[in-house]
Amino acid sequence: MEAEIKVSNLYAYFGSICALRGINISIKEKVVTAVIGPSGCGKSTFIRCINRLHEVVPEAKLSGEVLLGGKDIYSADADPILIRRKIGMVFQRPNPFPALSIYDNVAAGLKLNGIKRKNDLDGIVERSLKMSALWGEVKDKLNASGVSLSGGQQQRLCIARALAVAPEVILFDEPCSALDPISTGKIEELLFQLKKNYTIIIVTHNMQQAARVSDYTAFFLLGELVEFDKTQDIFTKPKDNRTEDYITGRFG
Amino acid sequence: MKIKSADLWFKKAAAILALSAAALVILLVCSMAYYALPAIRKFGLHFLHTSTWDPVKEIFGALPFIYGTVISSALALLMALPVSLGIAVYLAELAPCCLREPLSFLIELLAAIPSVVYGLWGIFFLAPFLRETVQPFLFRYFGFLPLFQGEFYGVGMLSAAIILSIMIIPTISSISREVFLTVPSAQREAALALGATRWETIRLAVLGYARSGVLGAVILGLGRALGETMAVTMVIGNRPEISGSLFAPAYTMASVIANEFSEATTDLYLSALIEIGFILFFVTLIINIAARALIWRVSAKIKAK
Amino acid sequence: MNIYIKRKIINKLMCGAAFFSALLTLAPLISIFGYVISKGITSVNFDFFTHLPMPVGEHGGGMSNAIVGTLILIGLSCLWAIPLGVFGGVYLAEFGNNKFAAAVRFSADVLNGIPSIVIGIFAYTVFVLPMKSFSAISGAFALGIIMVPTIMRATEEMLRMVPFALREAALALGVSQSRMIVSIVLKTALPGILTGILLAIARIAGETAPLLFTAFGNRFWPQGLNQPIAALPLQIFNYAISPYDDWHRQAWAGALVLILMVFLISLLTRFVIKPKYRRKEMIWKQK
Repeated sequence: MEAEIKVSNLYAYFGSICALRGINISIKEKVVTAVIGPSGCGKSTFIRCINRLHEVVPEAKLSGEVLLGGKDIYSADADPILIRRKIGMVFQRPNPFPALSIYDNVAAGLKLNGIKRKNDLDGIVERSLKMSALWGEVKDKLNASGVSLSGGQQQRLCIARALAVAPEVILFDEPCSALDPISTGKIEELLFQLKKNYTIIIVTHNMQQAARVSDYTAFFLLGELVEFDKTQDIFTKPKDNRTEDYITGRFG
Repeated sequence: MKIKSADLWFKKAAAILALSAAALVILLVCSMAYYALPAIRKFGLHFLHTSTWDPVKEIFGALPFIYGTVISSALALLMALPVSLGIAVYLAELAPCCLREPLSFLIELLAAIPSVVYGLWGIFFLAPFLRETVQPFLFRYFGFLPLFQGEFYGVGMLSAAIILSIMIIPTISSISREVFLTVPSAQREAALALGATRWETIRLAVLGYARSGVLGAVILGLGRALGETMAVTMVIGNRPEISGSLFAPAYTMASVIANEFSEATTDLYLSALIEIGFILFFVTLIINIAARALIWRVSAKIKAK
Repeated sequence: MNIYIKRKIINKLMCGAAFFSALLTLAPLISIFGYVISKGITSVNFDFFTHLPMPVGEHGGGMSNAIVGTLILIGLSCLWAIPLGVFGGVYLAEFGNNKFAAAVRFSADVLNGIPSIVIGIFAYTVFVLPMKSFSAISGAFALGIIMVPTIMRATEEMLRMVPFALREAALALGVSQSRMIVSIVLKTALPGILTGILLAIARIAGETAPLLFTAFGNRFWPQGLNQPIAALPLQIFNYAISPYDDWHRQAWAGALVLILMVFLISLLTRFVIKPKYRRKEMIWKQK
């Protein structure tokens, strides 16, 4: 249970605004967990607390406990640098480094960690690009700039970049919101492949997507976790009225 | 009808005044070319690569001045660039919020000090300080290099380069800082999410993203260094010689104009000085166009997003 | 784990270096201000502002003529550079979507980048050579050229910030376009334009190079606009490179007065004009 995530009593703030109020959730490893809810409900803040990105926002504060494989990532001796290495993240908009080539984008995290030998790098870059289903499209232009790709390709490049450092958990923050339907389909297929090896948490505002790709679903509303259950149960027999209202489209 | 004609006149008057800015540039080029022509005719390209400067025999070669300008500016850039980037990184990425504004205000104060005051400080503080402390130190530990040999005058290439670097630091650092602030936070978060340290985040996300803007800032700083006159004239020692040592006095294009222009008695002497000014004009023109093109490209990229 | 510790150390070193470069730059700033203030304040006295410079060897004297000369030069430069800059800016902002305006903008950028010593040569060739004399006029011509691009671009930028609805409202009342520009647009943008003008003045107040062979300097009171005239920066330069201690003291006093003058003008833009303008901007936004 190395990559199991247990969150207890998590509160998160921006200045004096409370974005998360007492979240308790336990996320199983090697499944896809979707986080849904109307915009502003704190779902992005929630996953940013898991890889300690919340704290880089000025005036952001946080309290509570987040356990990764049984260890509190917010304990005094935990180093965010090591934690973020174990927990990869893919963002809402593709954000490859524009100054780096496709190859160097994927290799960026490895080089930071002192992997410099060309042979090692070549192998991992190829494997990561294959896993993110981009290899066939870019293998002949690995030295082209990362931003020369289309939006969907850029997003898969960002996924390869996250995979290259061999994380245990991958967070997806609305990864398809800036993409066309075909690219979205490719990313969803990818999630299916990835869950064999990784624990995946995906934030999405698209309920069909949550139903398609996830095993578990958490519904957030106004900074609170309303309901967390198997995806099938959430969408067919929600226990909470608010969940039902949301998934049947009565608000949000 | 009356209103229409009034509007037309107003537009015409504004257009004429706007036009005069363009006319000034054309007039400047024409009149300097006209007065530089005798020297250009007489010396041709020899002017650029010979180093005899003899007003009595009327033989003029500008190489020592070109050399002095190029080397002093290049050295200044070499010193100013890392410091300016450090300041910009500190102000944009690292400093606590309450320090950012006051610190950048202080650094920009450096740009408001008149250059003659820099020169005054250079004569009475910097040159003696270099002569008595820095140059003996450099000679003792690095004296095996030809760069740090010769008499300790204080005034010379080294002091000119130091003063120039202080003067261009605010230019480079403030533009770089602004460019850094335009880097989207998604870039920084991408690096952080890979497990990058603070410095690695700056290197990967900020410096990489901002490099063409920083290049523009550097070129703009270079343009300022090449044309700077008073402070350099007061500390460079004004000797038209090419020396490998940084301790030796030198001369720049701008300072030879400043020192000798009002004493230039013959037409050819004056013409030679104006030709130096003309060269300086063209070099800075090209440099400024290049810098603007780079900075403009960066801001266009931001607007497009 | 080794690489991890190395990364940590590099991180600390580089962040420390960035902090250190900020400190390093403050050193010359403090040194310059320390010198100018400590050396200047002991030499500034009442005589400095009221007396003419003394001949070599005689104590005392002041730079009253140079202060007056600098003020005259600034005034003369404003006289031609402000109308040209402001109306040039009006043209660029109001009628400036054509190739001709692009050429004007380019020229302003070129003027802005020319080393000031080269501008001095230019002024020398068009004024001093034909008039066969150094003069206040040629000095003011050179300083004005430095002002024009700053004022022109500031005016253009400020006018573009005036909301379009305001112009339409004025035109809808049947006001002519020229009247609308002068009494509505210019008036609204006035604080911003004034800021631009003050910044330009602060810049030329300390300029020395373009005056070396135009205004030239003078040891007496100004004698006419077609005669050489004293200027504070010139006087500081001449005294600084002289071999006399007494003159060095005067140079420091002059530097103190010059710096105070430049900073006073800059401060004026920062604290007097801008806040007002900001408030106005906010009102527009609310509407």
